[in-house]
Amino acid sequence: MEAMIALVIGVLTTGGVFLSLRGTTFPVVLGLTLLSYAVNLFLFIMGRLAIGVPPVINAAAESYTDPLPQALVLTAIVISFGMTAFVIVLALKARSELGNDHVDGLHHGEDSHR
Amino acid sequence: MAASTGHNPGLPGPAPDSRSMTLFLAVLTPFFGAALVALASRYGRSHSAWAAGVVTLASILWLAPSFSLPFAGTTLIQQHDWMPALGLNLAFRLDGLALMFAGLILGIGLLIILYARYYLSERDSMGRFYSYLMLFMGSMLGIVLSENLIQLLIFWELTSLSSFLLISYWQHREEARQGARMALTVTGLGGFAMLGGFLLLGHIVGSYDLSVVLASGDLIRAHPLYVPTLVLILLGVFTKSAQFPFHFWLPHAMAAPTPVSAYLHSATMVKAGVFLLARLFPALSGTPEWFWLVSGAGLATLLIGAYVALFKHDLKGLLAYSTLSHLGLITLLFGLSTPLAAVAGVFHIINHATFKASMFMAAGIIDHETGTRDLRRLHGLWKFMPYTATLAMVGAAAMAGVPLLNGFLSKEMFFAEAMHISTHMIGGWLFSALVTLAGALGVAYSIRFIHDVFFNGDPVDLPRTPHEPPRWMKVPVEILVVICLVVGIAPALTIAPLLAVAAQGTLQTALPEYHLALWHGINPALIMSLIALIGGALIFALRQSLFVWHDSSLGRLDSRVVYNALLDSLIALAGWITRLIDTGSLQRQVFFLMIAAVVLGVSPWLASDAPLTGSRIGLPLDAVSLLAASTLIIATVATVWLHKQRFTALITIGVVGLVVALAFVKFSAPDLALTQLSVEIVTIILLLLALYFLPQNSLPEKDLGRVWRDGVIALVAGAGTAALAWAVLTRPYDTIAGYYLANSVPGGGGGNVVNVILVDFRGYDTLGEITVLALAGLGIVAMMQNLHLPAPIRDGSGRLWNTDMHPTIMATLTQILLPLALLVAVFILLRGHNQPGGGFIAGLITAVALIVQYLANGAHWTHQRLPSDSHPLIAWGLAVATVTGLGSWWFGAPFLTSTYGHLNWPIVGEFELASAMAFDLGVFLVVVGATLMILLNLGGLHHTPPKHRSPN
Repeated sequence: MEAMIALVIGVLTTGGVFLSLRGTTFPVVLGLTLLSYAVNLFLFIMGRLAIGVPPVINAAAESYTDPLPQALVLTAIVISFGMTAFVIVLALKARSELGNDHVDGLHHGEDSHR
Repeated sequence: MAASTGHNPGLPGPAPDSRSMTLFLAVLTPFFGAALVALASRYGRSHSAWAAGVVTLASILWLAPSFSLPFAGTTLIQQHDWMPALGLNLAFRLDGLALMFAGLILGIGLLIILYARYYLSERDSMGRFYSYLMLFMGSMLGIVLSENLIQLLIFWELTSLSSFLLISYWQHREEARQGARMALTVTGLGGFAMLGGFLLLGHIVGSYDLSVVLASGDLIRAHPLYVPTLVLILLGVFTKSAQFPFHFWLPHAMAAPTPVSAYLHSATMVKAGVFLLARLFPALSGTPEWFWLVSGAGLATLLIGAYVALFKHDLKGLLAYSTLSHLGLITLLFGLSTPLAAVAGVFHIINHATFKASMFMAAGIIDHETGTRDLRRLHGLWKFMPYTATLAMVGAAAMAGVPLLNGFLSKEMFFAEAMHISTHMIGGWLFSALVTLAGALGVAYSIRFIHDVFFNGDPVDLPRTPHEPPRWMKVPVEILVVICLVVGIAPALTIAPLLAVAAQGTLQTALPEYHLALWHGINPALIMSLIALIGGALIFALRQSLFVWHDSSLGRLDSRVVYNALLDSLIALAGWITRLIDTGSLQRQVFFLMIAAVVLGVSPWLASDAPLTGSRIGLPLDAVSLLAASTLIIATVATVWLHKQRFTALITIGVVGLVVALAFVKFSAPDLALTQLSVEIVTIILLLLALYFLPQNSLPEKDLGRVWRDGVIALVAGAGTAALAWAVLTRPYDTIAGYYLANSVPGGGGGNVVNVILVDFRGYDTLGEITVLALAGLGIVAMMQNLHLPAPIRDGSGRLWNTDMHPTIMATLTQILLPLALLVAVFILLRGHNQPGGGFIAGLITAVALIVQYLANGAHWTHQRLPSDSHPLIAWGLAVATVTGLGSWWFGAPFLTSTYGHLNWPIVGEFELASAMAFDLGVFLVVVGATLMILLNLGGLHHTPPKHRSPN
């Protein structure tokens, strides 16, 4: 199971890094989204993997998983949403100001609507 | 609030047992008053002047009970611990020096308030003027009443900021904006240097309390860091008090309205620098470094100011350079380091404040009544305004140091001290000659002011026919001129006690022998005064040839040129560095970022020989998990592979997010799963809305090499992360979770430990996080302003967008489902403390439920039924969360301490109520508000009719 989770995080990171290196805004936003999945999962597994032991106090429960990484990741998810929203609107603003959606620093004219 | 008193050595006094914070309130009153004054201006022009007057009086009343303390030889110190570990305390101090300055600030402040009421024209905003003035007054009071050095510096910077607002009051004038910017740049840089100086001083002494610092003079002067400390503090002083070579900002600050100049350049702002010289006199003075630096800068400023003032054609320009010269004189006195010189310095601070304020006000009246300040056009005004002319003449005579006026007395003391010092130094005769020359120049420009404005033939081409100003505009000038006269004629009966107590506060030791009187017999100082008076008259008589000479030589020098050149080169340097680093390519920057991350991440692996796999035994793999993981990996690869077909990529990335939510379910994180699920929905809706305005497909990559290069970087990054995750997962670990698990129910009153951590244990972090979310929302709204994007008619495949925006079945269903969805949200919110759920999740669910209404029924329909503005939601949410936190102060507990209790509801039974739930309600409101605001604004773009878009 641990190997599979490590693989999943690796794949998400690979995809995220590759997409965030693209030259137009939308793939970069997708890349950042993938990267935030990877980072959130990574932070979450710092509490190690545990099945069926949620950190909700219960007289019948024998043990609990670590609640601290969960609390950190919960706010991280919400903040990632705020960041994604900010970046995508920034992308819209850039398109409105520059007339295209390129972020590669080369000079492009106004693009037609593809 | 603890109050303690210190005794001035040599003067015993009763220690008042006061546990009050009157000094703090006196400083705070003008700051609150600023808002009051602005509000009052809505009810009429005079109202804000009245309000400002009342605020100033209130400030005086707070101080009034303590007025007598310095005279009894006691120093009142009121202290409230803030961050004692860092030496930062809210501490105020009232001794003789502070009392004198507070008197000047508030007393002259009152006169300025009265004067400005008549000076400002119909077009000028009264509320803005008086509230800036109140801000400035509060900052000045803060400086002079501070006991803690760091606190003093905060008020010091506040004066820089508020004086910036005052100088640039006439924002439409280019020179006002430039002058204000220059003043802010110069004094701001000085303040920065002074911060360094104060930190060093605190390091040397071990405390930022002035009482300790002032008593540690010997320690400071003997310390190896004395010189850097001194230089840094003096940089702050010299920039503030416009001492050479930082004097150039002051004349440009004359672009301010005249009441501002009268206030800033007589009793306040520039006096803050010399105040600090006086304040730190016992701690820093008496060394050769102090002597040469301080008196050197003072002498240079004294001479330059007096010299340039003579040649100024602008009435206020003349007064500005005269101010420079008098500030130089005061600085020079403190530089001389003898106790008598310090007494003379304090005396001249008082005298200069009175006569210079009156002169500025007189200049303002002349400007106000004639429409010009040009000395080449203003002539013969005696015929039009003899009363004002008389007042101005008395003021100018005090400025020149004519006997029977206060300026004469302090100038005599200055000459006496200069004479005294010059007998002890090599080349002393030159020093005496130079100060006498400065005195003569002062006489000359004073004569010129009076002669040119009130006599010298007839006025030339005045914009208005002058006449006497309104009655109440003259009253402040009258009061100041009377003070000049009374002090000048009978100093021992009037100013002597205040001067004694102020000098006592400056020196912090017993006073030297001195005698305030008009006549001391014939002595060197009197002879110097006479030479200055006669010499001044001579210089004035020779002015024609001097003007010709000046215009062809020194008149061409302008330190503003140097300042501008320095500023320009600084801006050019910053531009060069920016262009070097930022090529405008995000792609390049991300590339360097990723390379750096990969290098930093991989290098420790290479250096370490620890095994990759640890000793922890893992969980067995099951088929469902394998299936889910395969789905996620396939979806991720598909997202990357298909990212050029943007719509498809959005669907696949949605799949990735859902599987991540499933992973949270599997590994005992129900809260995370719920959050991820709802965030996923909101994110995808958001990206869909945005995609509408972006190209539907990416262009094919032109540079295949780049694709391969990026692929390699991505693979290395992914492999590294996977290896790291594996290494962590296979190692055993210790956790601090035991504390949270053990204390969640007894301490936080909730069984859901994740939620209790969020709203209780780490509530402060959560408060920060919802603030960030609110700010992101506001930033997005700001970016949406004037955003104009062409709405495409066809989608990526060339089909027309469906015009049936709101399918009936969906519309009907969502209307029925809305109450149910809201019920679920409330349920999730309420149970969040004990079961999976909470404010974040409930907020997202509510937001989704409401957004679905917009999607199904359209913005128009929904706006009629729901409030369209979600700003108040965010504000309420932050307020509820903050007030919940502050509520614990009421019970004497630290910020955000939570409490809980059990209520017995009749039907429901026992019900638990925790204060943290109110906090969670705040979180809920912010999340709903921010999410709605983001999505509705983006969605609203679709409905903006073309004619409403901005033309560019």
